[in-house]
Amino acid sequence: MRIEVASENALIAYLSDESNEKVSAQVNQLNTNVRKALGSTLIDTVPSYASLLVIYDALETDHFAVASTIVSAAESMSNDDDAGASIVELPVYYNTESGPDLEQLAQNANLSVDEVIEIHSGTTYPVYAIGFAPGFAYLGGLDARIAAPRLATPRQKVPKGAVAIADQQTAVYPSESPGGWNLIGLCPIDMFNPDSEPHMPVTVGDRIKFKPISREEFIALGGEL
Amino acid sequence: MSITIDNPGILAIIVDGGRFGQHHIGLTTGGPMDRDAFRIANALVGNQENAAAIEFMLGGVSFTANQAISIAVTGADCKITIDGEAKHRYKHLQVAKGNKVDIAMASSGCRGYIAISGGITVEPAFGSRTTVTREKIGGLNGAKLSAGDLISTGDSPVFKSREIDEADLPLISTEITLRVLIGYQHAQFSPASKRRFFDSEYTVSQRFDRMGCRVEGPSVAAEINGMLSEGITLGAIQVPADGQPIILLADRQTIGGYPKIGSVLSLDLNKLGQAMPGATVRFEEIDQSQAHNELHLANYRMNRLLEKLDD
Repeated sequence: MRIEVASENALIAYLSDESNEKVSAQVNQLNTNVRKALGSTLIDTVPSYASLLVIYDALETDHFAVASTIVSAAESMSNDDDAGASIVELPVYYNTESGPDLEQLAQNANLSVDEVIEIHSGTTYPVYAIGFAPGFAYLGGLDARIAAPRLATPRQKVPKGAVAIADQQTAVYPSESPGGWNLIGLCPIDMFNPDSEPHMPVTVGDRIKFKPISREEFIALGGEL
Repeated sequence: MSITIDNPGILAIIVDGGRFGQHHIGLTTGGPMDRDAFRIANALVGNQENAAAIEFMLGGVSFTANQAISIAVTGADCKITIDGEAKHRYKHLQVAKGNKVDIAMASSGCRGYIAISGGITVEPAFGSRTTVTREKIGGLNGAKLSAGDLISTGDSPVFKSREIDEADLPLISTEITLRVLIGYQHAQFSPASKRRFFDSEYTVSQRFDRMGCRVEGPSVAAEINGMLSEGITLGAIQVPADGQPIILLADRQTIGGYPKIGSVLSLDLNKLGQAMPGATVRFEEIDQSQAHNELHLANYRMNRLLEKLDD
């Protein structure tokens, strides 16, 4: 582990130079331990692929004290990779109607549309980070066969719930926004709901599994086309 | 108690001290771009330190008091009139029921604050009233203020007049020095690049909003090809492949994948918050102990300044 200064009231701990499920599990464990150890001097943390950003109250503590807290928290980590991870199933209506790039992506990958759906829904994706926009979860573990570069021209409007692929990443758009990812389906479950608790169906460290559903099921679950 | 916005100017939003502890769902902190001016405005009307107020950009704002209230206007240098009568910035001002407050365009500075006695009492979202328009969260329906908006405020105690001494008014400058703590991917910037960064003059570009400020000058590209996205702090200086630094501000994204050379001391972001495109920026390196010391000194000085108001 390497600790660097992030700002006047933040340190960032790097656990690895690469991202994989083992590193992600370590980041999450460190996050839990550090949050517990810092208590009321903590302002916030941001766990990501291979790092943990720790933001604290600089009028109550300092870099040196927080750095030693992070080091102790890292020493007390167990080797149990799966501590607290749960699998969250998200329904997806995969279709050319709901996923305008599905056919092109399949063609470029020399696969049929059904094969793309089978591969995408047959994988379990760890949530490596949440950020960029409210409720946006960065998922790892995409099968290399269905990886696809971003669109040359981003769309002005990607609908809320769009299930998308960019490079080796896949994600669900939590709200309508511009975007350049390849759209392959729609998920009727809110990825971010400011009015209900919890605000998101997943948290960093969870795993997501997508379950193909029909048009009728999608509508019945509140999906809109 | 309430006010009605007659003209919000270019951009006016409701801000409080910021939204903290919500990075796990991707929410940024938001909050005032000039925290000192915001804090003084609240103190002048007897509010809590982080009470919700209005942040406006470049002035041109007017509103009407629906009941008798007191206000204070701080930050950017704007002429103020109440019911046509000229008033001063950085001073506790009485506004009678039905009176109109006009804030003219700024002659210097960029962001101003209107604190209202009792504070703005819109429903908090995720523990804060701060508006982040990009997230559509906080303030009035997550949006910037519009003409006709009715803004409710808390009960205001009767208050004796308060003002800041002329000598204590923060200076607004078009030449800014930003103190920087080296950090993050600093090791990926060559010594020559770092020297260029700290020895050169940069210019605030047009790409300057509440999310970030891009400055233009000698290129300081990092020797790095792609990196894993990671958490970003207030003031972080990210350098994309074009070598032109971007200072990340109140409404920044919480995660990003550009290399960062370090972070600007928050105290200096207040000065940047008053800058306009074309302003000159220099970066000065400081270490952790200096930064820590500066924060404590600034906090002490601000507390003393605010205590003087009660004398």
